[in-house]
Amino acid sequence: MDYIVSSDILNEGDRIKPRKIKQAIVEIVSDSGEGAQKCGQSFGAISAKMGNGVWTVEIIPAEIQPPARSREGASGIRVRIGSDKVTNMGNHADLVIALNEQVVYGRIRQDAYNGNTLMFIENKWAKSEQETIRQQYSEALLKFKELGIKVVEIPMEEECLKLMPDPRKGKNMWILGLLSYMYDRDIPKAEDQIRRIFKKKTDAVIDLNIKLLHAGYDWARENLPFRYEVTPMDVDNDMVVMNGNEALSMGIMASGIELCSMYPITPATSVSHHLAENFERVGGIVHQAEDEISAIGFAIGASFAGKPAVTVTSGPGLALKTEFIGLAVMAEIPLVTIDVQRGGPSTGLPTKVEQSDLLAAIYGEAGDAPKIVLAAATIEECFHFVVLARKLAESFRTPVILLSDANLATGVQPFPRPKIDPLWLTNPIDQSPWKDGAGPFEWDENTGTSKRPIPGQKGGMYTVTGLAHGKTGKVAYDPEINQASVESRSRKIASFQKSLKPPKINGDPEGDILLVGWGSTLGAIEEAVADARAEGLKVSSLHLRFLFPIVPGLVDIFNRFKKVITVEINYSDTLGHPMITQENRRYAQLAWLLRAKTHMDIDCFSNVYGQPLNPEKVLKMIKSELKIENSEVKG
Amino acid sequence: MLVQTHEYCSVPSQDHDYGMEDYGKGVARWCPGCGGHSILTTVQRVCKDMQYEPEKTVVVSGIGCSGRFPHYMGTYGFHGLHGRAFPVASGVKFRRPDLNVFVVTGDGDCCSIGAAHWVHAIRYNMKMVALLFDNGIYGLTKKQTSPTSPLGTHSNTHPRGSVLPPINPIQTTLGLANVSFVAQTVDWNSAHLYATIRKAAEHPGLAFVRIVQRCPAFMRDLYGDIAVNPKNLILLSHENGINLKPKARKAFGRVIEHDPSNIHKAREHAEINNGIPIGLLYQNTDNARYDEYGAHNLGMGVEEKKQNLESLLDQYTTSNSV
Repeated sequence: MDYIVSSDILNEGDRIKPRKIKQAIVEIVSDSGEGAQKCGQSFGAISAKMGNGVWTVEIIPAEIQPPARSREGASGIRVRIGSDKVTNMGNHADLVIALNEQVVYGRIRQDAYNGNTLMFIENKWAKSEQETIRQQYSEALLKFKELGIKVVEIPMEEECLKLMPDPRKGKNMWILGLLSYMYDRDIPKAEDQIRRIFKKKTDAVIDLNIKLLHAGYDWARENLPFRYEVTPMDVDNDMVVMNGNEALSMGIMASGIELCSMYPITPATSVSHHLAENFERVGGIVHQAEDEISAIGFAIGASFAGKPAVTVTSGPGLALKTEFIGLAVMAEIPLVTIDVQRGGPSTGLPTKVEQSDLLAAIYGEAGDAPKIVLAAATIEECFHFVVLARKLAESFRTPVILLSDANLATGVQPFPRPKIDPLWLTNPIDQSPWKDGAGPFEWDENTGTSKRPIPGQKGGMYTVTGLAHGKTGKVAYDPEINQASVESRSRKIASFQKSLKPPKINGDPEGDILLVGWGSTLGAIEEAVADARAEGLKVSSLHLRFLFPIVPGLVDIFNRFKKVITVEINYSDTLGHPMITQENRRYAQLAWLLRAKTHMDIDCFSNVYGQPLNPEKVLKMIKSELKIENSEVKG
Repeated sequence: MLVQTHEYCSVPSQDHDYGMEDYGKGVARWCPGCGGHSILTTVQRVCKDMQYEPEKTVVVSGIGCSGRFPHYMGTYGFHGLHGRAFPVASGVKFRRPDLNVFVVTGDGDCCSIGAAHWVHAIRYNMKMVALLFDNGIYGLTKKQTSPTSPLGTHSNTHPRGSVLPPINPIQTTLGLANVSFVAQTVDWNSAHLYATIRKAAEHPGLAFVRIVQRCPAFMRDLYGDIAVNPKNLILLSHENGINLKPKARKAFGRVIEHDPSNIHKAREHAEINNGIPIGLLYQNTDNARYDEYGAHNLGMGVEEKKQNLESLLDQYTTSNSV
């Protein structure tokens, strides 16, 4: 043991002055069901309420209750708090609180810790009745120390036993107390948070958890020789704190959508949980369909009947929905489809992040099926992009696919409280008579757009069909009509593209390397770029929100950089293997798209470890591209 | 007759009765002798007799010969995907209780590719009329075995005869949770067809009607005998069932008294294999209805929505003053 923490050497503990730090990365890892996420999310929420920047990432096993003390079963959370806005999960953890030693191994494999990491580990395993456990525990501690991790054994179980007979479900709030002391968190805010998360429980449960909070706090005050302060920002405007799926749900409600038709799928489902709890208060409703196909069919039926609808899914569900998305393109029915991406293909990595549905979202349907594809890059955008998606779906009479991912889904970040515009909430339902003789698809010559009749409108009666049809909506196999109608559906996407502005560049408008990303990697890429620029490297970045149609002006921007590299969480071949050549190399999905769109030699940096991107890896890549050897990389 | 103006509709009321011409559109392109023609006319008659506003009526279909049905109706129509008529129709109805919804589906569409939706649509029990056009064959793709083709049917996919016993759609539907209306009729008896669809349209829930349909192109022999010699049609009769005038009853070889509230007897009759039982097999008007759940909170105003949304946002709001 590096040192023993005991009250003997720290009798002045409560007078320790917190040391000011800019940021801290804290992880809590445990078996499933020990409440690590609840603890971490609370720590994040309290910090956000104090005005800190926050980013949280949940570590979730694919099973509900995998065997205890298993490496693969690690469940937990990382919380990064800062004095400024925090946009990503950061690099190595400063502190990890481990409820057993086995779950730590998985995180070590994911490179979560290094020589600067402090570990607080539950010490009850040292006294386990089972010799194997005692042995595993002591071996693990040696191993962790070899890696340079500073390990401190903590009597969490023992302390909690003073308050409850089975601390399995209580330790998390004790840890919250410890963290509250260690990072100088506001205790009344912590108590409020406990009241909030246990609001459906009895007063006795709330009291017990508040006692645990104080016990953890007091224990830390008596035993820890250090304490930190992460100074909050001065924020004038109101901020809201929620995770990406909650933001999607709130966005759905604020967008005026009044039906969410879904089928349970990880990691998208919690959007519908949040909606199920709250949607009816704003006049909406959730329909849990019998399958993914039915879920989208139901949403399309409702939208056809004038009721704005959304369907929420993840990769495997998107695959099942493609035929209906094709129909919505063909029949020009507005529809918002949200895909909270996970690892694939097939069932893949249900709880882990990946950005592999981009091309499927754009090109997944059989036949020519142009539609709008957007990707949210932040929790805040998860909210606002649903509002945007509904507006685009109706203005252009088209399905819109909004991409999020598992990283945004459970990540928590504060953002300015949205100002609800009553116009968002209006219903498109128009029951005034349809103008005489006009067809249901009177495509505008220039824009390709048209106005749709809605059931109930006199004189507007028409039959939607997935068969080829002309302006009248009647089935038509005529070659001219088919050419013209496919062209019109394509033209409206082009006319939407004409309304877009070139994207803003993060950094100088010219240089050696331009990184191009999309989706949840924004924060990590921009942090890496900031670090690189601080070292004098000529690196900038660009983040795309409109993937299809693609934003204008890219060729002009790309031309001002020596090299353009996309940064993505999906698969690409790396040159160097004997089987991989320039000819057969498979590129990351955005790179593939940009190469096709710009005819430029765009490279990519991507991988599928199922982990959110961290800034350090991006920075390393930048340096290796610029041939900077043996460079010191900031943690 | 004056049709009442809907509350949010400022259009002058209809000042004449809707006639057959208000429900028709174009010329049906089914084969001569296809059962589809008589079903189309019958549905139009029912709409007229119910005085459904054409703009408030939506006919949803899947793919196959039956899928073309909405194109020939003067109402709103939705000719969607193969097997998926039920989900679309359910979505249409869920938040629009003012619309009259018909589902038109075939034996391949309903009992094969869309079987999952069939099971759940019955359970949702939303007020709509579902017509299963069952001709025992895939027609539009040119004679492949359908799940209702009799054992041994020679088709292009089973040239030496099909090898599995068929699904009995009535028996299956009667076994589903929350089933509320199951009737069977034939395309060639217009009186019974009309009385069945009319009864279905008046049912408060999902009315499932299997229409035994002739396909002169590919299954000429399947119902040929029965159509000319109706002794094998068994009429289920009851005061609460589908009632025909005494003259019309004469067309049936056998008549069985069957109380449509008795699901056990209904299941027995559904399994009759020496004839086709036609009539109302089962009806229950008290079942849970998912469309009532869907419509229970309609019509909230923008101001109220905004207010409730703001208070929801309050729960997530932090400010340094707190």
